[in-house]
Amino acid sequence: MFRDLSFSVENGKALCVEGANGAGKTSLLRVLAGFVSPMAGDIHLQIDGGKISDPEQRGDFVGWLGHQDAVKPQMSVREVLQFYAALYGSGGAIDSALDAAGLTRLSDLPGQYLSAGQKKRVSLARLLVCKRPLWLMDEPLASLDTAGKKIAAGLIEAHCAAGGIAVVATHEALGIDCERLAL
Amino acid sequence: MTALILRDVRLAARAGGSAMLALAFFAAVATLVPLGVGADLRLLARIAGGVLWVAAMLAALLALDRLFQADFEDGSLDVIALGPLSLEQTSFAKIAAHWLTTGLPLTILSPLLAVLFGLPSQAIGALFLSLLIGTPAVSAIGAIGAGLTLSIRRGGLILPLIVLPLLSPAVIFGAGTVLSALDGLRNGALPLLTAFSFAACVLSPFATAAAVRLNLGS
Repeated sequence: MFRDLSFSVENGKALCVEGANGAGKTSLLRVLAGFVSPMAGDIHLQIDGGKISDPEQRGDFVGWLGHQDAVKPQMSVREVLQFYAALYGSGGAIDSALDAAGLTRLSDLPGQYLSAGQKKRVSLARLLVCKRPLWLMDEPLASLDTAGKKIAAGLIEAHCAAGGIAVVATHEALGIDCERLAL
Repeated sequence: MTALILRDVRLAARAGGSAMLALAFFAAVATLVPLGVGADLRLLARIAGGVLWVAAMLAALLALDRLFQADFEDGSLDVIALGPLSLEQTSFAKIAAHWLTTGLPLTILSPLLAVLFGLPSQAIGALFLSLLIGTPAVSAIGAIGAGLTLSIRRGGLILPLIVLPLLSPAVIFGAGTVLSALDGLRNGALPLLTAFSFAACVLSPFATAAAVRLNLGS
């Protein structure tokens, strides 16, 4: 898929991974998340002077936004977010996450009635609720409208400003200050 | 872990969920057999344990293929896997939720259906007890099959082929429990069923997690 790839991202920075279809953006994110082990080489997470190389341990820091939106047709938006807040034990505030993603009006609507863009917003709200420092985002702008794209970019910017890291695979310009990696 | 169990129970109970489906299937099969076999009550009582055990197992299998697949397809499994629960704990929660929504209701319904077979009351008690103890093994071993087939389209068709042979001890000991109660013999099958079920529930989360991990990495 790719070789001779080396990069590092610091606290408070966003990295945009760019590349043509099939270049391996999603695969790179799955490797970073620890779902797939690289054929060669390793990945480290440096936290408070300690170094984490175990993929499962690394997973405990990852906030994941994938192609699919992890929204259940039978569950309302609020229930989905409540579930992940409880599962992650993060105590993330649901109402403020709903508000930040522009979902307040839809909070009691079951997932089956949501459009693709609205589901993407739920994914963004889920990242806020899960409160993980390393965001791995696969095409976060896909199917979002102009306002949604602005919200997504704003959330990434705020996350980085608060000391978080975002690695974003994207075709479109995020419109924020970020480092670039071309595959 | 409670959050995951509660969510799965809630999903199974809602529209499109599998809980009622399994119950209805179990009731339909158990009603059809006496109609097919005829009104020989002694024969019906002898086959009741086996028929109800097989019907309960098939009913529980109906919902099994979606155990991980639904979460895999909509991306939930990725997010759950990155959560604080290990995949072993996740598998255990899924097994528990599956049992609560299929095995337990089937067990509770079974005495009612046993009446259709003319089972005497001491054998009905044995049937209830054997299902209560044995159905967790069905969920646990079924979960291994569900983990292995989660990324396969129409994996539900292969799943019974993997799972049913592994579950034959449960049917043998489960139906055996009912038969020995019917004959008034000392019950040797129930301790074996208990041991089988216990071993399945303890070991399965590890095997299931390994299967799921394999599929997440592909």
